[in-house]
Amino acid sequence: MQKLIRTTQRLSQVALVLFFVTFLVTLLVRLLPGDIATSLLPFGTAEEQAQLRTELGLDTNIFVYYFDWLRNFLQGDLGVYYNAGESYADASMTVWAMLSLTIPRTLLIMVYTLGFSLLFSIPIGMLLAYKADTRIDKVISNTLFGLSSIPNFAVGLGLAYIIGVKFELLNPIGYVTWGEGSVEHIKSVIMPVLSLSLGLIATFARLLRADIISTLKEDFVTMASSKGLSNRWILWRHVFRPSSLSLLTAAALNMGSLIGGAVIIEAIFALNGVGMFLVTSIALRQYLAIQSTVALIAISYIVFNLIVDAFMPKIDPRIRSHHGA
Amino acid sequence: MNDTTATTIANKSNLERKTIRRERVRLVLRDKTFLIGALILGIWLFITVFGNFLAPHAAGDQDFQFVSKSPSLKFPFGTDSNGRDVFSRVILGTRLIVVMAFSATVLGTVLGTSLGLATGYFKGKFDMIVMRLIEAVSAIPVLIIALLAIAALDGRSPTLTVIVIGFVFTPNIGRTVRAAVLGESELEYVAAARLRTERTRHILFREILPNVLPPIIVEFTVRLGYAIFAIATLSFLGAGVEYGSPNWGSQIAENWGNIYSNVWWPTAFPALAIASLAVSINLISDSLLEIFEL
Repeated sequence: MQKLIRTTQRLSQVALVLFFVTFLVTLLVRLLPGDIATSLLPFGTAEEQAQLRTELGLDTNIFVYYFDWLRNFLQGDLGVYYNAGESYADASMTVWAMLSLTIPRTLLIMVYTLGFSLLFSIPIGMLLAYKADTRIDKVISNTLFGLSSIPNFAVGLGLAYIIGVKFELLNPIGYVTWGEGSVEHIKSVIMPVLSLSLGLIATFARLLRADIISTLKEDFVTMASSKGLSNRWILWRHVFRPSSLSLLTAAALNMGSLIGGAVIIEAIFALNGVGMFLVTSIALRQYLAIQSTVALIAISYIVFNLIVDAFMPKIDPRIRSHHGA
Repeated sequence: MNDTTATTIANKSNLERKTIRRERVRLVLRDKTFLIGALILGIWLFITVFGNFLAPHAAGDQDFQFVSKSPSLKFPFGTDSNGRDVFSRVILGTRLIVVMAFSATVLGTVLGTSLGLATGYFKGKFDMIVMRLIEAVSAIPVLIIALLAIAALDGRSPTLTVIVIGFVFTPNIGRTVRAAVLGESELEYVAAARLRTERTRHILFREILPNVLPPIIVEFTVRLGYAIFAIATLSFLGAGVEYGSPNWGSQIAENWGNIYSNVWWPTAFPALAIASLAVSINLISDSLLEIFEL
C-alpha cells in the first residue's frame, strides 16, 4: 500500500514536470521573433498569410495554443514541417517524417557511444581502483582526465583532420545507414563515436574507481572474503554491482547532453541527427517542429531516468533496505 | 539551551571553520593539479587583460599577399583565408569568451545559491514546486534551451547570452546547494541561531552560507568549464556573438571547412585555445573537489 502511494506520488510529480517542460518550450517558441507567416509564405497574399497564422493557432492566446498542441501531440500528431512557399493545405512533410529520419541516427550514435564508453571505462575503472594511489593509477587517471577536459568538437575536428584528411583512412563526411551497408555504416560512425566517447570514458572510469574504492571498505566485502569466496566472484558480485550506481546515473544523465552537446559533432561529420534538425528548425522558426522535438527529448530523458531509478534497488540491495525503513 | 550556550556553539563553530579554511587553502596551494591549472588559467587571464598590447595585428587586418599561409616566423599561427593573422585573432578572441564565461557563471552561481538556500531551508510546498521546475528545465539539453532563448530574445547580444547561460545554469547549481543546505539546516548551530531569534536572512547568509561554500566553489568551477564549452558551441553555431568578431567559436566555424584542403591552422589554434582553457579550469575544479572531500 505504501509502495502504491509512493509510486502515485512520484508519477504525479513526473506529470507536473512534464507539464512544466512542455509549457516552457511553448513559451519560448511563442517568444521567437519574426513573423512565421511572412517567412514561410514570402510571396503569399495577406489572406494566405493570415490563414497560416490561424492554422498555427498564433491568433489565439498561449493557453489555447498550448492545449491545442498538447492534444495533437498526445494523439501522435507532431505537426507539419513547413517548406517555404507551401501552405498548410499542401504541406508535404510532417515533423514525424523528418524525425523518423533523424531519430534512428541519433539514437544509434548515442547507444554506440554509451556502449563504447562503458566497454572501456569499466575495465579501466576497475584497474585504477585495484591499483589505487600507485603510480600507474596517478598517470592513467591524470592523462584520462586531461583528455576528457578537451571539448568534444576539438577532438572531432582533430580526428577529422588526422584520420580523414591527412591519412585518408575514413571519409569524415556523411552518415551511412545500416541498410546501405554494414561496413560503411560502422566506418561512418567511428569518428563521431570516438569524439563523443573520449570524455565519457574518463568520467565513467573515475566515477567507478571512486565507488569501488569506497565499496571495498564495506563490511560485506570483508565478510565475503572471509567466507573464502573467490576474488573474481567478490569483485563482480559484491563490489562491481553496488559500485555501478553512480556510473549508471551518470550514463543516464549523459543521454540528454549527448543530444544537445552533439550538435557540433553532427555538424562536423554531417550526420543530420536530431541536434542539427533542432538547430535548423530554430533558425527556420518551425514552431511545431521545435515544440514537438524538444518535448520528445525531454520526455524520453525523464522516462529514461525514471527507469534507471526503478532499477537501482535491483542492482544494489542497500537501496532496497533504505527505502523500506 | 540558554542564550550563552547558543552563542558559545556559534563561536566555537566559527573558530573551527577558520582553522579548516586555513588548512584547505594550504593544501590547495601545495596541490600540483591545482597549480598547473592555475598557471594555464593565469596565462589566459593575462592575455584577457593585456591582449590588445600583445597582438601584433588588429583583428580585422588583412594582408592579401598572405592568404591561408601556414605558420611561419611572421605569422606564428599562420593566416586564414581572409589573410588575417590567426595568432592575433586567437589573442584578441580571449577576452570575449573569458569575460562572458565568468559573468555567466557568477550570475548562475548567485541565482542558484539563492534558490538552493531558499528551497533547502524552507522546504515544504514551495520546495516541491521549485524542484519540479528545476527538473523540467534540466530535462531539456542546456544548449537547446540556450539556443532557443537566445533566438527568442535577440540573436547576437553577448550580454543577453551571458544572462541566458546564467539562468540555464541556475537549476543545476540550485540543486547542489539545496542538497548541501538540507544537511546543514539539521545541525545544532542553525537551531542555536534560531533560539537566539536571529532573523532568517542572518541564518541563511551568515550561518548556513559559509558552511556550504565548498560545494558552491566546486560547482562554480565546474560550471565555468561548461560555460566555456557552451559559449564556444553557441558562437560556432552563430548564436550569441556578433558575426566575424574575433572569438574562438566563430573562428572555428568560419575556417573548419578548410581543413579538407589541408589548411588546419586557422581551426586548430582556436580549438586548442578553447581546449587548454577548459582543461585548466577542469584541473582546478578537480583539485578543489578532492581537497574539499566532496
